[in-house]
Amino acid sequence: MTNSIGEIENAQALFVIGSNTTETHPVIGYRVKMAQKKGASLIVADPRRIELAEYADVFLQLRPGTNEALLNGMINVIIQEGLADEGFIRERTEGYEEMAAAVLKYTPEYVEGITGVAAEDLRQAARLYAGADSAAILYTMGITQHTKGTDSVLAVANLAMVSGNIGKPCSGVNPLRGQNNVQGACDMGALPVVFTGYQRVDNEDALSKFKKAWGVKLNSQPGLTVTEIFDSILQGKIKALYVMGENPALSDANLHHVMEALEKLDFLVVQDIFLTETAALADVVLPAAAFAEKQGTFTNTERRVQMVRQAVNPPGEAKPDWLILQELAYKLGIEWHYETPEDIFQEIALLTPSYAGISYQRLEEEGGLQWPCTDGEHPGTPYLHQGKFSRGKGLFTPVEYRPPAEEPDEEYPLVLTTGRNLFHYHTGTMTRRSNGINAFKPEEMVQISIDDAARLGINEGDMVEITSRRGHVKARAAVTEKVPPGIIFMTFHFHEAAANLLTNNEVDPVAKIPELKVCAVKVEKTEP
Amino acid sequence: MISLTINGQRVEVEPETTILQAAEKLGIFIPTFCYDPELTLVGACRMCVVEVEKARALVASCCTPVGEGMVVHTDTERVHAARKANLNLLLANHPLDCLTCEKTGNCRLQDYCYLYGVSESEYSGDRKNYEPDATNPFFVRNMNKCILCGLCVRKCHEINGAGAIEFMNRGFDSKVTAAFDDPLENSSCVFCGMCVDACPVGALTPKQGLRKGRPWELTAVKTVCPYCGTGCGLELYVKGNEIVGIKGDALSPVNRGLTCVKGHFGIDFLQSPERLTRPLIRKNGELVESSWEEALELVAGKLKEVKGTELAGLSSARATNEENYLFQKLLRSLGTNNIDHCARL
Ligand code: SF4
Ligand code: SF4
Ligand code: SF4
Ligand code: FES
Repeated sequence: MTNSIGEIENAQALFVIGSNTTETHPVIGYRVKMAQKKGASLIVADPRRIELAEYADVFLQLRPGTNEALLNGMINVIIQEGLADEGFIRERTEGYEEMAAAVLKYTPEYVEGITGVAAEDLRQAARLYAGADSAAILYTMGITQHTKGTDSVLAVANLAMVSGNIGKPCSGVNPLRGQNNVQGACDMGALPVVFTGYQRVDNEDALSKFKKAWGVKLNSQPGLTVTEIFDSILQGKIKALYVMGENPALSDANLHHVMEALEKLDFLVVQDIFLTETAALADVVLPAAAFAEKQGTFTNTERRVQMVRQAVNPPGEAKPDWLILQELAYKLGIEWHYETPEDIFQEIALLTPSYAGISYQRLEEEGGLQWPCTDGEHPGTPYLHQGKFSRGKGLFTPVEYRPPAEEPDEEYPLVLTTGRNLFHYHTGTMTRRSNGINAFKPEEMVQISIDDAARLGINEGDMVEITSRRGHVKARAAVTEKVPPGIIFMTFHFHEAAANLLTNNEVDPVAKIPELKVCAVKVEKTEP
Repeated sequence: MISLTINGQRVEVEPETTILQAAEKLGIFIPTFCYDPELTLVGACRMCVVEVEKARALVASCCTPVGEGMVVHTDTERVHAARKANLNLLLANHPLDCLTCEKTGNCRLQDYCYLYGVSESEYSGDRKNYEPDATNPFFVRNMNKCILCGLCVRKCHEINGAGAIEFMNRGFDSKVTAAFDDPLENSSCVFCGMCVDACPVGALTPKQGLRKGRPWELTAVKTVCPYCGTGCGLELYVKGNEIVGIKGDALSPVNRGLTCVKGHFGIDFLQSPERLTRPLIRKNGELVESSWEEALELVAGKLKEVKGTELAGLSSARATNEENYLFQKLLRSLGTNNIDHCARL
């Protein structure tokens, strides 16, 4: 996020796109609702009539996979109606002309044809967003999990810059990160191309700095992303896989493909707190400690580094991941001497400019700190891009709308879109083992529109079979007004009805994120 | 700025400040039941009454703004008498089963009765006799203990927006219920648990901690929620080696005490019998338990066999920063940059 969670409440306008905030980030959802009650304009764009739609001044119910068209349309209106922030564009950005030329054809009427959103609603949304003194955009996977997710992210940035709504309190672009420490995992270099703090492995200076600090030889060739890793396994180029606390056998698109890869490996080691679907395929499983059984830090979606403290002991012989890694390193001839997680954190701070000013002592004394925090006196950074962007000038990038990789046709006439619900989390590893939560929400309920249900003879609670080009699953139907005709919605929390047996593993060419939000399916009533 | 005197001490505060907030600034304690700084002020319980010179009646300090030159007394006989009478009324129909009540030691009704020396009611009122609602898996609602402060109702409407509970009826029959007095399970409740944290008495009780320990036996450990990227601060209440209670951390700048169902009620997976407790090694196609020594030897041996980029690793968006750091350090030290996690998924 470029802003802080606390700023949301005070924004004058909020534009929530591709984020079912009240279910995926409930406490941020409360803040959005509070802001609306305090008088903020709320614009919500989502294929489903999500809870926030009830609070919205304008609700844009767009077809799945048409985000860029919608965003370009809003920019078109802002420019046409003279709502652009010319001073901001002149002083802080470049590439405006090309971008403006590209959105010229995205008139509200043209966009209506692609997105299904009424031209007048789009105009209204653009005016509310650009007309406010402070306006923040919130988005989640509804923007990124597409074959053109990168384009959508660029279009979001274009929209914020054209209206000057960035680099100020309560104004910015805020991807809400899904998992508790996904921000931290990225910051720590759990990525193929970068060390900690986004220092590239193919950058001479960074490489020699880490070589020296770690006392080892390092490879300067960028590595492979998770989707590429599975392809390479199938091609025989990767032979061993070490998985720490992930469950790709349920979370990744097109599970058949992933399972085939996991089975083809010469050696699979999985370190986790439960025998997950992935661990069940492993050659060795190492038992890990869970969050409340160890010390460390997490970094939340607003870049706040916070202390995680130990409350209880791990069960049996389970150990914290850091200790397992150190013991394994020793057996591999690599000697580390960390006595506590704090020792590790000190090394991180030393090698990572954006974390340089953070220490356990400060976290204990001051609570969390938001990076960049570059020295011991630095108070942390509540919002980014004040006065200037990280790269200097903000760059506008022209974006064109492209249809999703797979569109409905006669055989597979419905669009499946996936996400989460309030009660469960990710692949259900934890929530399915929480007694209360699993008792309350024990199974998947596929959301289907009233029209489609009537046409297919499906009633609430009926068992249905959902089939795509890649697989089929069974689940019960929830007939609801939340989804429009032509669209069904499933979560990926339930291994009994794994939505990712259906989803498309076509990826975005840049970010390599699979198109989990759109695939073509058919639905039939079936026996339980 | 406005200046006033409370119990003989002068204090300067912003206009619009309430007497209660001004007293807080001086460290002067005033008891409250229905007050919460995040919610609308209703002035319903009148526990917070104070004496203001020149005012005829006692005023509710939580919703009375300060005035220039105001002279306030918070601990006079008149104030104490009013608070005692108030407690007497509440006790008249409150079940006095403090011996087994989960809230004992952490109950504001108990604390204030102790403070003002009220041990039983001077009135003999009818006791309420509602069936507790224990149908949902998360918490029990026992409206016999409710003192009608309304904090839960306001949390639910003003913060959560679920609007699952309301006041029903008037007078003695007044009660907080879900629509049609149905069990909460059938309402729009999303089990965020914020009403439970707000309740000053034992009317709302999480099931997780039932008979698991008294407040003074528990250690509070502040940590961060293991679920979504919001990163809410949580307080885990621990007895021995078990987590028996969870609350939102009111001092966390991220959530200021707010929670959702996962953070509040979804942490018991830690105690699941399915947790892995020993390393497992595949032998003849089956995963069997092994020692750490054997498992790590095996892993190290296999990792030595593969060359550089033939190895890949998936790190974890749920592990700590320190652990993610070491994971990529280890893999890069072994000559591969094939490291990712499921941020994209
Ligand atoms: S748990 Fe949350 S949603 Fe349910 S009644 Fe309490 S405050 Fe309302
Ligand atoms: S249940 Fe608790 S919080 Fe709600 S009105 Fe009664 S006493 Fe107050
Ligand atoms: S309590 Fe809910 S909103 Fe807060 S971090 Fe946990 S899952 Fe997210
Ligand atoms: S706390 Fe002031 S009236 Fe209840």
